[in-house]
Amino acid sequence: MRIDKDLVAASATPLVLAILADGESYGYAILKRVRELSGGQFEWTDGMLYPLLHRLERLGQVKTQWRTPPEGRRRKYYVITREGRKALAEQQRQWAAVSRALNNVWPGGGLLAAVGEA
Amino acid sequence: MESLETQIAEWRAYVAGAPGVSGHDVAELEDHLRDQIAELSAAGLAADEAFLVAVKRLGDLDSLSREFAREHSGRLWKQLILSDDEERARESGGWVEAVVFAAAAAVAIQIARLAADVPDEEPNWFFRNLGLFVLPFLAGYFAFRRELDVRSWALTAAPFALGALAINLYPWETDSNTEILAGAHLPVVLWFVMAFPYMGGTLRSHERRMDFVRFTGEWFIYYVLIALGGGVLIGLMAAILEPAGADVERIIEWVLPSGAAGAVVVAAWLVESKQRVVENMAPVLGMIFTPLFAVMLAAAAVTYAATGLGDAFDRDLVSVFDALLVVVLALVLYGMSAREPSASPNWMDRIQLVAVVSALVLDVMVLGTMIARIGDLGFTPNRTAALGLNLVLLVNLAGAAWLSVRFLTGRSALHRLERWQTSYLPAFALWAAAVVAVLPLVFTFD
Repeated sequence: MRIDKDLVAASATPLVLAILADGESYGYAILKRVRELSGGQFEWTDGMLYPLLHRLERLGQVKTQWRTPPEGRRRKYYVITREGRKALAEQQRQWAAVSRALNNVWPGGGLLAAVGEA
Repeated sequence: MESLETQIAEWRAYVAGAPGVSGHDVAELEDHLRDQIAELSAAGLAADEAFLVAVKRLGDLDSLSREFAREHSGRLWKQLILSDDEERARESGGWVEAVVFAAAAAVAIQIARLAADVPDEEPNWFFRNLGLFVLPFLAGYFAFRRELDVRSWALTAAPFALGALAINLYPWETDSNTEILAGAHLPVVLWFVMAFPYMGGTLRSHERRMDFVRFTGEWFIYYVLIALGGGVLIGLMAAILEPAGADVERIIEWVLPSGAAGAVVVAAWLVESKQRVVENMAPVLGMIFTPLFAVMLAAAAVTYAATGLGDAFDRDLVSVFDALLVVVLALVLYGMSAREPSASPNWMDRIQLVAVVSALVLDVMVLGTMIARIGDLGFTPNRTAALGLNLVLLVNLAGAAWLSVRFLTGRSALHRLERWQTSYLPAFALWAAAVVAVLPLVFTFD
């Protein structure tokens, strides 16, 4: 199953914020985590992650830092801010409301019920 | 691996050439590309295969660079020159429409001038309507360029019509102060009206409002440059033709108004199409003048705080102060619109804060004196207009200072400050509109 493009776009921000809420990360690792979480069902163009991350930075929801880890290349790390956690909480409320509404019209929607409780 | 490095280097050069993608973006994308290649190689792909797959997964460069340009509003205009067929078609015809609208403005002002018999006569209606002779063509230029629908054309035209009705049907008294005030504020109102077609028939988008601020600043720079060039041209022309017995003053009567009106549209076209040049110039100008203004304002604030404003304060000085405050605000707004939004606080932000706080102090002092004077002598049209402008500026500066402090101390994002300014723009427009439309009614056209 491939997930609709608009749905992927809408869920990208909360997904990225939620991944960063687990700890700082960088572009490629975030993308890998998205693939893991979605079981490869989200069709993301890799490059598009970066404009999204930059938007979150501009909105003050993440902070960035160029660092060189002990073994490896210099890379840009993203850290979620207090503002970002607030935005994430707000997104969670909205998605919960959406999934509640869908559950009401689709009785017994097992997967959606799980999302609603998360 | 030699060939892989070469390929990556070529890819990097190619991506770096894309509009909207900055050097840091390229470094970040390259890091991503290398991670991806490493993972694919570990899974057994040959280096060149891994490279191809990794590049493919990043997405095609056109849409990627468009996304970057869209996100970084400072680079937003670069969308216009991206390899997009629709845009390219318009680019070639761009100067023709600019010339048509500029010529129309030049002809309109000439007809009005002949009708008013300027400069032999100087009827009030000519100066009162000055904005209406020129700015409709600028608005029309943008409405045409942005391909607005009929409804948006009508919404653009309506405020112009209303402004024309108000300013020409109000029964002004002779030597009316409200008439002069309305005439001076009408171009400001019309400029804000022009934002509607400029922004493509919406007013909601804060990003586009910021674009409009940037446009206004760059338009001003181009206009001043054209005016300087025009001044040199007219001076030389006078020097050359005068000995030949030509009536230079007559020639200037024809050339100057039309040139000034046409240049309004031409400057707008230059901003639209020659963005790269201004983009290099604007931050430099901002960086030179913001500190200078900050120093001057701080000195003025300290001086007047020490000596008091009482004796020096008169009507002329109020105008000077108001002009100064407006210039500071314009400088701050423009500096903000040209700034890289994601950069962390730097010394320029601190200097801007000094300018804003000094302006705030001056504004409070002017307001205090003004309110005392109104208490003694009562309201007049001029005092009311000045009081209103100062209050509108005070609220703006106070908000800007507060949010700048929060930004500099890392407690809020620059985004908040930008939002404050873009949300505040309608307040300026509404106040100017009130001076044109409401103030004359309140003071019975005195």
